[in-house]
Amino acid sequence: MSLASADAPGAARESAPARRRPVVAIVLFGLLALLPLAVSLGLPPHWMTLVTRAMIFGIAALSLDLILGVGGLVSFGHAAFVGIGAYATGIMITEGQTETLLILPVVLAACALFGLVTGFVSLRTRGVTFIMITLAFGQMVYFLAQALSAYGGDDGLTLYERSTVLGFDPFKNRVAFFYVVLGVLLACYALVSVIVASRFGRVLRAARENATRVSVTGFHVSRIRLVAYVISGMIAGLSGFLLANQTEFVSPAFMSWPRSGELIFMVVLGGVGSLHGAIIGALAFLVAEDVLAGWTEHWKVIFGPMIVLFVLFTRGGIVGLMRRLGVARHD
Amino acid sequence: MTTGLLIVQILNGLQLGILLFLVAAGLTLVFGVMDFINLAHGVQYMLGAYLAVTFVGLTGSFVLGLVLALAAALVIGLALEFLVFRHLYERDHLDQVLATFGLILLLNQGVKMVWGAAPLSVPVPEFLSGNVALLDGILYPTYRFALIGAGLAVGALLWFIVEKTRAGMLLRAGASNAPMVSALGVDINKLFMIVFAFGTMLAAFAGAMAAPILSVEPGMGDNILILAFVVIVVGGIGSIRGAFVGALIVGLVDTLGRSSMNDLLRLFMSAPSARAAGAALSSMLIYLVMAIVLFVRPEGLLPAKGRA
Repeated sequence: MSLASADAPGAARESAPARRRPVVAIVLFGLLALLPLAVSLGLPPHWMTLVTRAMIFGIAALSLDLILGVGGLVSFGHAAFVGIGAYATGIMITEGQTETLLILPVVLAACALFGLVTGFVSLRTRGVTFIMITLAFGQMVYFLAQALSAYGGDDGLTLYERSTVLGFDPFKNRVAFFYVVLGVLLACYALVSVIVASRFGRVLRAARENATRVSVTGFHVSRIRLVAYVISGMIAGLSGFLLANQTEFVSPAFMSWPRSGELIFMVVLGGVGSLHGAIIGALAFLVAEDVLAGWTEHWKVIFGPMIVLFVLFTRGGIVGLMRRLGVARHD
Repeated sequence: MTTGLLIVQILNGLQLGILLFLVAAGLTLVFGVMDFINLAHGVQYMLGAYLAVTFVGLTGSFVLGLVLALAAALVIGLALEFLVFRHLYERDHLDQVLATFGLILLLNQGVKMVWGAAPLSVPVPEFLSGNVALLDGILYPTYRFALIGAGLAVGALLWFIVEKTRAGMLLRAGASNAPMVSALGVDINKLFMIVFAFGTMLAAFAGAMAAPILSVEPGMGDNILILAFVVIVVGGIGSIRGAFVGALIVGLVDTLGRSSMNDLLRLFMSAPSARAAGAALSSMLIYLVMAIVLFVRPEGLLPAKGRA
C-alpha cells in the first residue's frame, strides 16, 4: 500500500467498496439458491444436475484457489484429492457402510494423509518442479486406482446406493441434494474466506510475494504452506464425496491429469485468488462444456483454442472483468 | 526369473529409457534455456508417430517416411512457436501451463478427427525385421536393438553439440543465465527458436521411432510426457546428462518393477494378493523413486551447472 492511500480520502475510497465486496458472493449464492424454483417454473430439469455438478467442482476449485491463488503454489495434481475422496466414499458404500458421519472422517483423513505425505516431499521444491511433481503424484494415484481390481480397476466402480445421514437419505431427492451441495459450498466458501483473512492467510499470501522475507521475519514458510496444502486437499476430498454421491459411480478418470488441468482453468477463468471467482469459473466451465458437448462430439477442438486465447488475451478472469466494469473490488 | 528373461527385460527397460531420454532432453532444454514449461511437448511426440504412419504409408519406405515426418513435425512445431509459445516466454508458469494444456486438448482431439480414434501402426522396416538370438535361444527383435542404437547415437550427437560446438556453448550459457547471454550481444530470440526446433525434432523422432513397436493412438503423448517430467525431476532441470541418467533409471525401474514385482511379493504372500499388490506397487514404483530422490536431493541428481 502506498503512503498516499493512508491519508483520509484514500482510506474513505478504500472502505466504500470494501463494504460492497460481499455483494458479488451474496448475489451468486442467492441466484444459486433460486435455481430449483426456476426449474419448477419451467427451466429444463437438466440444469439441476448440471448446476449441482458445477457446484461440486466449485468446491474443488475453491480449495485449489487457496493454494494456487492465495499461496501461489501451482498444483497440477489437485484432481487426485477429489478422486481419493470419491474412492473412499465408493469403497465404503460398496462394503455396505453408507453412513455419512462415518464416511466423511475417512474421506478427510485419507486426503489429509495423502496431502501430508506428498506435500512434505513436493513443497521442498519450487516453481516448475512443484508443478511437475504434483502432476506426477496425481498420476501415481490414478495408476493406483487403475490397479485396484477389487474395486472396478480401470472400468470404475458403480454405486448402488447413496450415502445416508443417521438413517435418513437426503441425497436421494434431487432438490434436497442440490441444497446439501449448496450448503457445503457456502460453508467451504466461508471457511476459506476466514482462513484467507486470518493471520495464517496473510502469512501465506506474503510468502507468495516473497518467501525469503517472510521466513526471515520468523515464520516457517514450508510448514504454513504444508498446512494450507493439507486443508485444501481435505476440502477437495469433500467435493469427491459429493461427486461420488451424485454420479453414483467412481472411476480413475476422476483423477486423470486433464481433470487437474481443468480445475486450474476454472480457477484462472474465474480470476486467480478471488474465492467467488473460483466458483464462477467452475460454473462457467461446466456450462460451456455442456453447451459445446451438446453441439459437437469434437468440442475439445473448440475448447482447447478457447483456453489458449483466454490465456493470451485476458488478465484476471471473469472477476477481473467485473472489477474493470466496477462491479467488484480489487483486494 | 531366468537370466535370459532378465536380459530381455533389461533391454526393454533400456528401450523405454532411450525413448524417455529423447523426449525429456527436448523438454529440459526448452525449460532450461527459455524458462518455459511446455506441456504440449508430449503432443509433439504423438504428432511424430502419426506423421510417420502417414508418410511411411505414402512413400512405402521407412527411412524416407521418417525424414518427411520429422520435417513436417518441425513445420508444425515452428508454427506453434510463432502463433502461441513466443507470446508465453515472458508470462508466468501458470499461464504457460494453461495455454499449452489448451493446445493438448486441441491436438489430441484434432488427431482423432484426422486419423480416427482407433490405434494405428507402422510396419517394422524390412531390413530390420529379423530377430537377434540372445543366450538360451531367446530371440530379441532387431528393430528394438536398432531403436536403442539410434537413441544412443542421437544422445552422443547431442552431447557433442552441447559440449563441443559454439551453438552448444551458447545453449549452456543460456541455461545458466539467459539475460546475461542476451546482454553479451547474442540474438536470444534466434537461440530460443533453434532450441525449440531442436526439442521438437527430438520428440518427433522418438515418436516416429516408437511407432512400429507401440500402438499409435490419441493421448499417447500424455503418458510419456508425465514420465518425462519424472525423468527431469530425478535428473535435475536443464541438464542433458541428468535427463540421460534419469531416463535410464526411470525406464529400467519401471520395466523391471512391472515384470518382477509379482515374483518378489510371492515370497511373502499368496499368489492372488501378490498379483493385486504387485500391480498397485509396480505402477507406483517410479513415483516412489522420484520422491526418494527429491527427499535426498531436491535439485535432482545432476542439476545443470550454475542454476540456483
